[in-house]
Amino acid sequence: MALKLDDNIFVTQLDQLANWVRKHSLWPMPFATACCGIELMATASSRYDIARFGSEAMRFSPRQCDVMIVAGRVVMKMVPVMQRIWLQMSEPKWCISMGACASSGGVFDTYAVVQGIDRFIPVDVYVPGCPPRPEQLIRAVIDLQEKIQKTGTINAREFDRRTAYEGPGALSKELDPKELVVAPGNFKTGTRVSLN
Amino acid sequence: MPGYLDVLTQKFNGAFTTSEFRDNRRVSVAADKSPDVIFGLLACLKNECGFDMLADLAGIDYLNYPGAADRFAVVYALTNTATGERVFVKAHANDPDPALPSAVPLWEGANWMEREVYDMFGVTFTGHPDLRRILMPDEFTSFPLRKDYPLRGAGERHNFVTVTRAEG
Repeated sequence: MALKLDDNIFVTQLDQLANWVRKHSLWPMPFATACCGIELMATASSRYDIARFGSEAMRFSPRQCDVMIVAGRVVMKMVPVMQRIWLQMSEPKWCISMGACASSGGVFDTYAVVQGIDRFIPVDVYVPGCPPRPEQLIRAVIDLQEKIQKTGTINAREFDRRTAYEGPGALSKELDPKELVVAPGNFKTGTRVSLN
Repeated sequence: MPGYLDVLTQKFNGAFTTSEFRDNRRVSVAADKSPDVIFGLLACLKNECGFDMLADLAGIDYLNYPGAADRFAVVYALTNTATGERVFVKAHANDPDPALPSAVPLWEGANWMEREVYDMFGVTFTGHPDLRRILMPDEFTSFPLRKDYPLRGAGERHNFVTVTRAEG
Protein backbone atom coordinates (compact mmCIF):
# COMPACT_ATOMS: atom_id res chain seq x y z
CA MET A 1 0.00 0.00 0.00
CA ALA A 2 2.09 2.88 -1.17
CA LEU A 3 0.99 6.41 -0.41
CA LYS A 4 0.94 8.61 -3.42
CA LEU A 5 2.75 11.76 -2.32
CA ASP A 6 4.52 14.58 -4.06
CA ASP A 7 8.31 14.41 -4.28
CA ASN A 8 8.91 17.00 -1.59
CA ILE A 9 6.66 15.43 1.05
CA PHE A 10 8.08 13.01 3.59
CA VAL A 11 6.38 10.85 6.16
CA THR A 12 8.06 10.51 9.55
CA GLN A 13 7.40 10.24 13.27
CA LEU A 14 6.96 13.36 15.39
CA ASP A 15 9.84 12.23 17.60
CA GLN A 16 12.13 12.03 14.61
CA LEU A 17 11.00 15.42 13.39
CA ALA A 18 11.67 16.99 16.79
CA ASN A 19 15.09 15.38 16.96
CA TRP A 20 15.93 16.60 13.50
CA VAL A 21 14.98 20.16 14.37
CA ARG A 22 16.75 20.12 17.72
CA LYS A 23 19.99 18.66 16.51
CA HIS A 24 20.42 21.34 13.88
CA SER A 25 19.77 24.21 16.27
CA LEU A 26 21.92 23.45 19.29
CA TRP A 27 22.55 26.78 20.97
CA PRO A 28 25.55 26.59 23.28
CA MET A 29 25.94 28.15 26.69
CA PRO A 30 29.70 28.73 26.95
CA PHE A 31 30.81 28.00 30.49
CA ALA A 32 34.42 28.83 29.75
CA THR A 33 36.88 29.28 32.59
CA ALA A 34 40.33 28.67 31.11
CA CYS A 35 42.40 27.86 28.02
CA CYS A 36 39.68 25.60 26.57
CA GLY A 37 37.53 28.71 26.40
CA ILE A 38 39.94 30.20 23.87
CA GLU A 39 39.61 27.10 21.71
CA LEU A 40 35.86 27.38 22.08
CA MET A 41 36.07 30.93 20.75
CA ALA A 42 38.23 29.72 17.88
CA THR A 43 35.58 27.12 17.08
CA ALA A 44 33.13 29.93 16.50
CA SER A 45 35.58 31.83 14.30
CA SER A 46 35.37 31.91 10.52
CA ARG A 47 38.15 29.38 10.17
CA TYR A 48 36.32 26.55 11.94
CA ASP A 49 32.81 27.99 11.79
CA ILE A 50 30.56 26.11 14.16
CA ALA A 51 27.68 27.83 12.34
CA ARG A 52 27.82 24.98 9.81
CA PHE A 53 26.13 22.87 12.48
CA GLY A 54 23.59 25.45 13.55
CA SER A 55 25.43 25.98 16.82
CA GLU A 56 26.78 29.44 16.28
CA ALA A 57 24.28 31.23 18.51
CA MET A 58 26.31 31.40 21.72
CA ARG A 59 23.84 32.43 24.37
CA PHE A 60 25.02 34.00 27.61
CA SER A 61 21.58 33.69 29.12
CA PRO A 62 20.81 30.15 30.30
CA ARG A 63 17.13 30.44 29.35
CA GLN A 64 17.98 30.71 25.68
CA CYS A 65 20.36 27.81 25.19
CA ASP A 66 20.18 24.06 25.26
CA VAL A 67 23.75 22.78 25.29
CA MET A 68 26.19 23.73 28.01
CA ILE A 69 29.84 23.56 26.97
CA VAL A 70 31.97 23.43 30.11
CA ALA A 71 35.41 24.48 28.89
CA GLY A 72 38.14 24.65 31.49
CA ARG A 73 38.80 23.71 35.07
CA VAL A 74 35.99 24.15 37.59
CA VAL A 75 36.80 24.89 41.21
CA MET A 76 34.73 24.04 44.27
CA LYS A 77 33.48 27.58 44.62
CA MET A 78 32.25 27.54 41.02
CA VAL A 79 30.27 24.28 41.27
CA PRO A 80 27.10 25.81 42.80
CA VAL A 81 27.20 28.48 40.06
CA MET A 82 27.54 25.84 37.35
CA GLN A 83 24.68 23.82 38.82
CA ARG A 84 22.45 26.86 39.04
CA ILE A 85 23.09 27.75 35.40
CA TRP A 86 22.42 24.14 34.40
CA LEU A 87 19.12 24.14 36.30
CA GLN A 88 18.08 27.42 34.72
CA MET A 89 18.59 26.18 31.16
CA SER A 90 15.44 25.29 29.32
CA GLU A 91 14.68 21.67 28.51
CA PRO A 92 15.61 19.48 26.74
CA LYS A 93 19.27 20.25 27.35
CA TRP A 94 22.63 18.58 26.95
CA CYS A 95 26.13 19.02 28.24
CA ILE A 96 29.53 18.79 26.58
CA SER A 97 32.53 18.46 28.90
CA MET A 98 35.37 20.01 26.96
CA GLY A 99 38.95 19.16 27.78
CA ALA A 100 40.83 17.18 30.40
CA CYS A 101 40.11 19.59 33.26
CA ALA A 102 36.35 19.64 32.91
CA SER A 103 36.25 15.87 32.38
CA SER A 104 38.66 14.74 35.09
CA GLY A 105 40.35 17.68 36.77
CA GLY A 106 43.30 17.34 34.42
CA VAL A 107 46.66 17.95 36.01
CA PHE A 108 45.03 20.03 38.75
CA ASP A 109 44.75 17.40 41.47
CA THR A 110 44.57 20.11 44.11
CA TYR A 111 42.27 20.91 47.00
CA ALA A 112 40.08 23.31 45.06
CA VAL A 113 39.65 21.86 41.55
CA VAL A 114 36.86 19.28 41.21
CA GLN A 115 37.90 16.06 39.53
CA GLY A 116 35.32 15.99 36.77
CA ILE A 117 32.11 17.96 36.39
CA ASP A 118 30.17 14.75 35.77
CA ARG A 119 30.17 14.27 39.54
CA PHE A 120 27.82 17.24 39.81
CA ILE A 121 25.84 17.59 36.58
CA PRO A 122 25.02 15.03 33.85
CA VAL A 123 27.37 15.02 30.86
CA ASP A 124 26.58 13.74 27.36
CA VAL A 125 29.82 14.05 25.43
CA TYR A 126 33.39 14.24 26.71
CA VAL A 127 36.10 15.88 24.62
CA PRO A 128 39.67 14.73 25.31
CA GLY A 129 42.68 17.00 24.96
CA CYS A 130 44.46 19.76 26.81
CA PRO A 131 43.18 21.92 25.30
CA PRO A 132 41.27 20.15 22.52
CA ARG A 133 41.50 21.51 19.01
CA PRO A 134 38.41 23.17 17.52
CA GLU A 135 37.96 20.15 15.26
CA GLN A 136 37.53 17.99 18.33
CA LEU A 137 34.81 20.24 19.68
CA ILE A 138 33.09 20.13 16.29
CA ARG A 139 33.34 16.34 16.46
CA ALA A 140 31.65 16.49 19.86
CA VAL A 141 28.83 18.59 18.42
CA ILE A 142 28.37 16.05 15.62
CA ASP A 143 28.38 13.20 18.14
CA LEU A 144 25.80 15.03 20.22
CA GLN A 145 23.64 15.55 17.12
CA GLU A 146 23.81 11.83 16.44
CA LYS A 147 22.90 11.05 20.04
CA ILE A 148 19.92 13.41 19.89
CA GLN A 149 18.70 11.90 16.62
CA LYS A 150 18.95 8.39 18.04
CA THR A 151 17.59 8.83 21.55
CA GLY A 152 15.47 11.97 21.63
CA THR A 153 11.71 12.17 22.03
CA ILE A 154 9.43 15.10 21.37
CA ASN A 155 8.51 15.70 25.01
CA ALA A 156 11.99 14.74 26.26
CA ARG A 157 10.58 11.84 28.23
CA GLU A 158 13.89 10.03 27.93
CA PHE A 159 15.22 12.38 30.60
CA ASP A 160 12.41 11.67 33.08
CA ARG A 161 13.60 8.15 33.62
CA ARG A 162 17.16 9.18 34.31
CA THR A 163 16.78 9.96 38.00
CA ALA A 164 20.02 8.32 39.11
CA TYR A 165 23.46 9.83 39.39
CA GLU A 166 25.34 9.18 36.15
CA GLY A 167 28.84 10.20 37.12
CA PRO A 168 31.73 7.96 38.13
CA GLY A 169 31.12 5.66 41.07
CA ALA A 170 33.30 5.46 44.11
CA LEU A 171 36.61 5.41 42.35
CA SER A 172 38.78 2.61 43.62
CA LYS A 173 41.85 4.65 42.81
CA GLU A 174 40.70 7.58 44.91
CA LEU A 175 43.54 8.16 47.34
CA ASP A 176 43.16 8.98 50.99
CA PRO A 177 42.93 12.77 51.28
CA LYS A 178 45.39 12.59 54.16
CA GLU A 179 48.02 11.38 51.75
CA LEU A 180 50.51 14.13 51.22
CA VAL A 181 51.76 15.24 47.84
CA VAL A 182 55.17 16.82 47.99
CA ALA A 183 55.97 19.46 45.43
CA PRO A 184 58.38 19.86 43.79
CA GLY A 185 58.58 16.11 43.68
CA ASN A 186 61.37 13.68 43.53
CA PHE A 187 60.79 12.42 40.04
CA LYS A 188 62.78 9.21 40.56
CA THR A 189 60.68 7.86 43.39
CA GLY A 190 57.33 9.42 42.61
CA THR A 191 55.82 12.46 44.25
CA ARG A 192 53.51 10.93 46.84
CA VAL A 193 54.70 10.23 50.35
CA SER A 194 52.77 9.16 53.40
CA LEU A 195 52.04 11.61 56.20
CA ASN A 196 53.46 9.16 58.76
CA MET B 1 72.44 52.67 58.33
CA PRO B 2 69.26 54.41 57.22
CA GLY B 3 67.68 57.00 59.47
CA TYR B 4 64.44 55.14 60.09
CA LEU B 5 66.31 52.37 61.90
CA ASP B 6 67.62 54.92 64.40
CA VAL B 7 64.08 56.11 65.00
CA LEU B 8 62.86 52.53 65.47
CA THR B 9 65.74 51.67 67.80
CA GLN B 10 64.99 54.71 69.91
CA LYS B 11 61.35 53.75 70.33
CA PHE B 12 61.32 49.95 70.19
CA ASN B 13 64.78 48.96 71.34
CA GLY B 14 65.14 45.21 71.72
CA ALA B 15 61.75 44.43 70.18
CA PHE B 16 63.00 43.71 66.70
CA THR B 17 65.98 42.44 64.75
CA THR B 18 67.16 43.64 61.37
CA SER B 19 68.88 41.92 58.50
CA GLU B 20 69.78 42.72 54.95
CA PHE B 21 69.73 40.56 51.86
CA ARG B 22 70.94 42.18 48.67
CA ASP B 23 68.94 45.40 48.58
CA ASN B 24 66.17 44.24 50.90
CA ARG B 25 66.26 45.58 54.41
CA ARG B 26 64.13 43.57 56.78
CA VAL B 27 62.76 44.28 60.22
CA SER B 28 61.67 41.18 62.09
CA VAL B 29 59.54 40.99 65.24
CA ALA B 30 59.34 37.71 67.17
CA ALA B 31 56.02 36.13 68.08
CA ASP B 32 56.21 36.89 71.80
CA LYS B 33 56.48 40.63 71.12
CA SER B 34 54.65 41.14 67.83
CA PRO B 35 51.02 41.50 69.11
CA ASP B 36 52.08 44.38 71.38
CA VAL B 37 54.71 46.03 69.24
CA ILE B 38 53.86 45.61 65.58
CA PHE B 39 51.07 48.17 65.27
CA GLY B 40 53.13 50.91 66.93
CA LEU B 41 56.12 49.98 64.82
CA LEU B 42 54.16 50.19 61.59
CA ALA B 43 52.56 53.47 62.70
CA CYS B 44 55.99 54.88 63.46
CA LEU B 45 57.30 53.84 60.05
CA LYS B 46 54.29 55.40 58.38
CA ASN B 47 53.98 58.64 60.32
CA GLU B 48 57.56 59.45 61.25
CA CYS B 49 59.73 57.72 58.64
CA GLY B 50 57.79 58.42 55.45
CA PHE B 51 56.80 54.84 54.55
CA ASP B 52 53.37 55.96 53.40
CA MET B 53 52.47 53.08 51.11
CA LEU B 54 51.69 49.48 52.00
CA ALA B 55 52.78 47.77 48.79
CA ASP B 56 52.00 44.24 49.87
CA LEU B 57 50.94 42.09 52.79
CA ALA B 58 51.43 38.34 52.73
CA GLY B 59 51.57 35.32 55.01
CA ILE B 60 54.25 32.68 55.44
CA ASP B 61 54.12 29.29 57.15
CA TYR B 62 57.52 28.31 58.55
CA LEU B 63 56.51 24.75 59.54
CA ASN B 64 59.55 22.46 59.20
CA TYR B 65 61.62 25.40 57.99
CA PRO B 66 65.25 25.01 59.08
CA GLY B 67 66.06 27.24 62.03
CA ALA B 68 62.62 28.85 62.29
CA ALA B 69 61.60 29.80 65.82
CA ASP B 70 57.98 30.84 65.16
CA ARG B 71 55.47 29.17 62.88
CA PHE B 72 53.69 31.98 61.03
CA ALA B 73 54.81 35.33 59.74
CA VAL B 74 52.99 38.23 58.14
CA VAL B 75 55.16 40.34 55.85
CA TYR B 76 54.44 44.02 55.30
CA ALA B 77 56.20 45.47 52.26
CA LEU B 78 56.40 49.21 52.82
CA THR B 79 57.43 51.87 50.34
CA ASN B 80 58.43 55.47 50.85
CA THR B 81 56.87 57.13 47.82
CA ALA B 82 59.05 60.23 48.19
CA THR B 83 62.41 58.47 48.15
CA GLY B 84 61.55 55.07 46.66
CA GLU B 85 63.03 53.40 49.73
CA ARG B 86 61.57 50.04 50.74
CA VAL B 87 61.46 48.03 53.94
CA PHE B 88 60.02 44.64 54.73
CA VAL B 89 58.54 44.18 58.19
CA LYS B 90 57.99 40.62 59.32
CA ALA B 91 55.66 40.00 62.27
CA HIS B 92 55.68 36.45 63.60
CA ALA B 93 52.78 34.59 65.19
CA ASN B 94 52.39 31.16 66.71
CA ASP B 95 49.92 28.36 67.21
CA PRO B 96 47.36 27.67 68.60
CA ASP B 97 45.73 31.04 67.88
CA PRO B 98 47.97 33.09 65.62
CA ALA B 99 46.73 36.66 65.92
CA LEU B 100 48.10 40.08 65.07
CA PRO B 101 46.64 43.59 65.26
CA SER B 102 45.07 44.74 62.01
CA ALA B 103 46.87 47.31 59.88
CA VAL B 104 43.63 48.62 58.36
CA PRO B 105 43.57 51.75 60.60
CA LEU B 106 46.93 52.68 59.03
CA TRP B 107 46.39 51.57 55.42
CA GLU B 108 42.92 50.91 53.97
CA GLY B 109 44.58 48.64 51.42
CA ALA B 110 45.38 46.11 54.12
CA ASN B 111 41.71 45.11 54.29
CA TRP B 112 41.49 42.50 51.52
CA MET B 113 45.09 41.37 51.94
CA GLU B 114 44.53 40.57 55.60
CA ARG B 115 41.37 38.70 54.67
CA GLU B 116 43.44 36.66 52.24
CA VAL B 117 46.07 35.85 54.87
CA TYR B 118 43.27 34.86 57.26
CA ASP B 119 41.63 32.73 54.56
CA MET B 120 44.76 30.86 53.55
CA PHE B 121 46.77 30.68 56.79
CA GLY B 122 44.25 31.16 59.59
CA VAL B 123 46.03 34.17 61.10
CA THR B 124 43.38 36.39 62.67
CA PHE B 125 43.71 40.15 62.69
CA THR B 126 42.22 41.80 65.75
CA GLY B 127 40.40 45.01 64.95
CA HIS B 128 39.83 44.13 61.29
CA PRO B 129 36.51 45.64 60.18
CA ASP B 130 35.30 42.63 58.14
CA LEU B 131 37.37 39.48 58.62
CA ARG B 132 35.65 36.97 56.30
CA ARG B 133 37.01 34.42 53.85
CA ILE B 134 37.79 35.95 50.47
CA LEU B 135 39.05 33.19 48.16
CA MET B 136 37.58 30.00 49.57
CA PRO B 137 33.84 29.34 50.03
CA ASP B 138 32.37 30.50 53.35
CA GLU B 139 31.72 26.96 54.55
CA PHE B 140 35.35 25.93 54.10
CA THR B 141 36.85 24.93 57.43
CA SER B 142 40.58 24.56 56.86
CA PHE B 143 43.40 26.83 55.75
CA PRO B 144 44.86 25.62 52.45
CA LEU B 145 48.25 27.32 52.47
CA ARG B 146 49.31 25.83 55.80
CA LYS B 147 52.16 23.40 55.26
CA ASP B 148 50.38 20.57 57.07
CA TYR B 149 47.32 20.79 54.79
CA PRO B 150 47.36 18.04 52.14
CA LEU B 151 47.70 19.35 48.58
CA ARG B 152 44.76 17.22 47.45
CA GLY B 153 42.58 18.70 50.18
CA ALA B 154 40.93 17.06 53.14
CA GLY B 155 37.99 15.80 51.10
CA GLU B 156 36.26 19.16 50.56
CA ARG B 157 36.19 18.89 46.78
CA HIS B 158 33.27 16.54 46.49
CA ASN B 159 30.89 17.67 49.19
CA PHE B 160 28.24 19.07 46.85
CA VAL B 161 24.83 17.88 45.76
CA THR B 162 24.62 16.13 42.42
CA VAL B 163 22.07 17.24 39.87
CA THR B 164 20.50 14.34 37.97
CA ARG B 165 19.08 14.51 34.50
CA ALA B 166 15.46 14.33 35.63
CA GLU B 167 15.92 17.19 38.10
CA GLY B 168 17.14 19.48 35.37
